[in-house]
Amino acid sequence: MPMTALPAEWRDFFTLTKPRVMTLVIFTAICGLLAAPGSIHPVLGFTAVLAIAMGAGGSAALNHWWEADLDAGMKRTANRPLPSGRMRPEDARDFGMFLSGVSIMLMGVAIGWLAAGLLLAAIIYYAVIYTMWLKPRTPQNIVIGGGSGAFPPLIGWVAVTGEITAMPLLLFAIIFFWTPPHFWALALFVKTDYAKVGIPMLPVVAGERVTRNQIWIYTLVLAPIVIAPWLIGGTSWVYGTFAVVLSALFIALAAPVVRRDAVMGEGDPMTEEKALFKFSILYLFILFGALVADRVLETQGLIGPGYFAGGVV
Amino acid sequence: MTPEEEAEFKRRRTARNLVVGGTLLFFVILFYAITIVRMGSQ
Repeated sequence: MPMTALPAEWRDFFTLTKPRVMTLVIFTAICGLLAAPGSIHPVLGFTAVLAIAMGAGGSAALNHWWEADLDAGMKRTANRPLPSGRMRPEDARDFGMFLSGVSIMLMGVAIGWLAAGLLLAAIIYYAVIYTMWLKPRTPQNIVIGGGSGAFPPLIGWVAVTGEITAMPLLLFAIIFFWTPPHFWALALFVKTDYAKVGIPMLPVVAGERVTRNQIWIYTLVLAPIVIAPWLIGGTSWVYGTFAVVLSALFIALAAPVVRRDAVMGEGDPMTEEKALFKFSILYLFILFGALVADRVLETQGLIGPGYFAGGVV
Repeated sequence: MTPEEEAEFKRRRTARNLVVGGTLLFFVILFYAITIVRMGSQ
């Protein structure tokens, strides 16, 4: 390819950071930051979110580098900067390493080394444990991958408080258990060509029946975890109400997906699966928005500390 | 290298340099701000 002789477009480097995934990372990181007790100077808050975003971008670039061969074999990803030959693989690797390194140093110097350590753990988790090791080896890869998406609110919270407590761990657990039903609902109606390149996606490896059952299990486990911040006194009724209502809706939308057995082949509109997938995105945004609103309202003295505050834990 | 390729090469190099330069400038300002804020809080 003659194109590789030319220096890569800077936009292709930007593409390597997976900007669309980044929006969710930035949103949940900001929510963790705002929901944490105490305050952080706006400049430092911005820096913490920037460091988290850079870490996510760096590990995304490493993911592009590692999976270039796989991406080349799939229609959806064949036009990415590496498989299309617009960029040299080593450049993507170096860019990813550099971005990851800078993000950790930035977090450590400006915010604190506990948050920086968590950021390092998140990057290693996504780029090494998930991408290199477990994704090609287990049909539970989505569960593992959900762990990397769960780090941003935890790191955002710890950037403010400087310590790991029950609340930030619950935020981690919420995204961790939310990811499988969210992604598998999508996997049921979008037929990918992952199988072609040897990535064992659950619906392909274990079948649709198993996938629907797994969606149900994770949906049921998710509900108590989402309500837990209220029950342990970490939030007031504002978050508690949203958590209960959203959980009920999630279960109500997951139930028909789980119950459906006879899929009508190619012509099946997959209405229930699409509805669950769309709702799952809305669910996460509203839930984290409600958490932030709850904490801000209490700090402003507009609502009480919550029925369970100081009671259970 | 044909004249067209050379023009494209220069365009990409210039664009990349501008992005790198802008990023560096941004970080200089950011680190200055961080320093001021952190000194103020101690």
